[in-house]
Amino acid sequence: MAMLSFERKYRVRGGTLLGGDLFDFWVGPFYVGFFGITTVFFTFVGTALILYGAAIGGTWNLWQINIAPPDLKYGLGLAPLKEGGLWQIITVCAIGAFGSWALREVEISRKLGMGYHVPVAFSVAVLGYVTLVVIRPVLLGAWGHGFPYGILSHLDWVSNVGYQYLHFHYNPAHMIAVTLFFTTTLALAMHGGLILSSTNPPKGELVKTPEHEDSFFRDIIGYSVGTLGIHRLGLFLALSAVFFSAVCIVISGPFWTRGWPEWWGWWLRLPIWS
Amino acid sequence: MKKTLFPVPYYQNLFTKVRVNAPVFPGVPLERERDTAERAGGIHAHVLARFGNAQIGPIYLGFLGVASLIFFVIGFTSIGWNMLVQVNYSPIEFVKQLFWLSVDPPSAKYGLQLPPLNEGGWWLFAGFFITVSILLWWARVYRRARALGLGTHVAWAFAAAIWLFLVLGLFRPVLMGSWSEAVPFGIFSHLDWTTAFSLRYGNLFYNPFHMLSIVFLYGSVLLFAMHAGTILAVSRYGGDREIEQIYDRGTASERAALFWRWTMGFNASMESVHRWAWWFAVLTCITGGIGILLTGTVVDNWYLWAVKHGVAPAYPEIWGPIIDPAVAK
Repeated sequence: MAMLSFERKYRVRGGTLLGGDLFDFWVGPFYVGFFGITTVFFTFVGTALILYGAAIGGTWNLWQINIAPPDLKYGLGLAPLKEGGLWQIITVCAIGAFGSWALREVEISRKLGMGYHVPVAFSVAVLGYVTLVVIRPVLLGAWGHGFPYGILSHLDWVSNVGYQYLHFHYNPAHMIAVTLFFTTTLALAMHGGLILSSTNPPKGELVKTPEHEDSFFRDIIGYSVGTLGIHRLGLFLALSAVFFSAVCIVISGPFWTRGWPEWWGWWLRLPIWS
Repeated sequence: MKKTLFPVPYYQNLFTKVRVNAPVFPGVPLERERDTAERAGGIHAHVLARFGNAQIGPIYLGFLGVASLIFFVIGFTSIGWNMLVQVNYSPIEFVKQLFWLSVDPPSAKYGLQLPPLNEGGWWLFAGFFITVSILLWWARVYRRARALGLGTHVAWAFAAAIWLFLVLGLFRPVLMGSWSEAVPFGIFSHLDWTTAFSLRYGNLFYNPFHMLSIVFLYGSVLLFAMHAGTILAVSRYGGDREIEQIYDRGTASERAALFWRWTMGFNASMESVHRWAWWFAVLTCITGGIGILLTGTVVDNWYLWAVKHGVAPAYPEIWGPIIDPAVAK
C-alpha cells in the first residue's frame, strides 16, 4: 500500500459531491470518487481513439502522429469518423476528462479541509483549452478551426494561424499574455530561489526566517510582498497569463480578421494628434 | 457546513481581512553597522495589506546598487534621446510613435567594428551601459544574499536570465561576426526581429531547444498556479509559513502533499516543490539561450533540420519547391 507515514489518519470518509460513499475509496495513492470513475472512462475512450487514429494515420513517429479536426466544409456538423469525427469525439472525451478531474480535485479539497484554489485554477486552464477547440470554432462556424492533436501538427497550426493575422506579436492580448508568462516565471524563480536560499544557507549558518526573506527583497528591490502575498501574486499572474492567452486567440477571427499590425491604426488616428 | 446547492466548506482565503498597524520594520541588522545605515526609506501603503505586506522599503543603496542605477539610467535614457531625435524632439510625436520607434544595431557592413554613433553606435552604447548595469545588479543580488547569511539561489536564477540576454545581444552576434544580428531596442521592432529571426531560420518552432524552453515556460506557469493554489488552500493551517513547514512538518504540509498524491499519485515536499520551481524557471532561460545560440551558427534551417532527423514530416510542395533562403542569392 502506497501510503505515506502520516497518511492513514487523513483517509476519512466524506466530502464527496456525487455518489455518496459508493466511490469513496482509494486505489494505491489515487483517490477515486465518482469523478475518478468518469475521469478513467473519458481518458480510456479518448486515448483508445487517439491510438486508433494513429493506427490509421500512417505513422507511428511520435512527433508526427496527428489527429486532425474535420474539414471546414462540415461546419459545425458531425464529420465521418475518419475525416475528423475522431477529433470531435476525442475533444468531447478530453473536456469530459478535464471536467471530471477538476471536480475530483474539489472532492479531495473538501476531504482535506482545503480551499478550492487548485480546482478553480485548473478550471481556468480548461477554459483556455475549451476556448481553442469549442468557443472559437463555434464563433467561426466550423470545427475545422480547432487545433489538431499532434506534437508537430499543433505547432504548425499555431504557426499558420499566427501568420494568417500577418504578425501575431502585434495582437495586444498576446502581448499581455506573453508578458504575464514571463513575469510569472520570473516571480517563480524569485520565490523558489528565496525559499531555497533561506532553508539552504551557507555552511555554518542557521536556517533563516521570513524576516530575512523580507529584508533580502526590501534590500534589493525595495519591496517584499510577504509569504502569503507571493502565493496570491503567483496565482494571479499564472491565471492572468492563461486568461489573456484565451482572449488573444478568441479575438483572432471572431473580432479581428485582418493583420494584427493594422489593428494599431486606431492609436495613430486618435483625434488628439491627427 | 451550510446546505446549499454547492456547499463551500470553510473560509476561502482570497484577501487578508485584518490589517495590523505596526512601525516600519527596518530589516534584519546586517553584520556591518555602516551597511545597515545604507538602508533608506520605509513607509506603509495600507491598500497593499489586503494582498500582501503593506510595508514599502527600506531599500539598500550601496555602491553596487547606485553604480548599477547610474549605468541603467545612462543606457535607458540614451535610447529615449535617440527616439526623441527620430521625431525631431516633438513630445507629441514621441508619445504617438513610441511603440514604433526603435534604436537599431549597426548594419551588417560594420561587422563587429565600432560604427558611427548615428549608424548603430548608439545601439552599442546603450547595450553596453545596460549590460554593465545588469551585471552590477547581479553582483548586488549576490552580495545582499551573503550579507544576510542566505544562500545565493536567487542570484543564480538571475544569472540564467542574464545568459539568455547575453546570448541574444553579445554571444551570438560575436559568433556570427556582426552586431547586426542582435536585437533592436524598441517595442514593435524587437517583435519584428523575433518574427524575422524565426522565418529566416526555417521557423523556430522546429528548434528542439525552443520546444524545451516553451515547455519550461508553460511548466513554470503551471507549477506556480499549482503551488500558489495549494499554499493558499492550506493557509488556514499555516501553510504560508513555508520555512517552518520545511523543518517542522505540520498538517498544512501533510494536507498539501496528500492533495497531490490523491489527485495524481505523486507529490513534492514543501521544500522540493521549490526546487521544481527554481529549475523549471531557470531551465526556461538556459534552454532558450542554447536554442538561440545554435541558430545560424550551427543550424541554418530548423525545418530542414527537423525533416532530416525525422521530427517534422516533409510537407507536400503545394506551392512549388521551397527555396532555402540561405541558398537563394
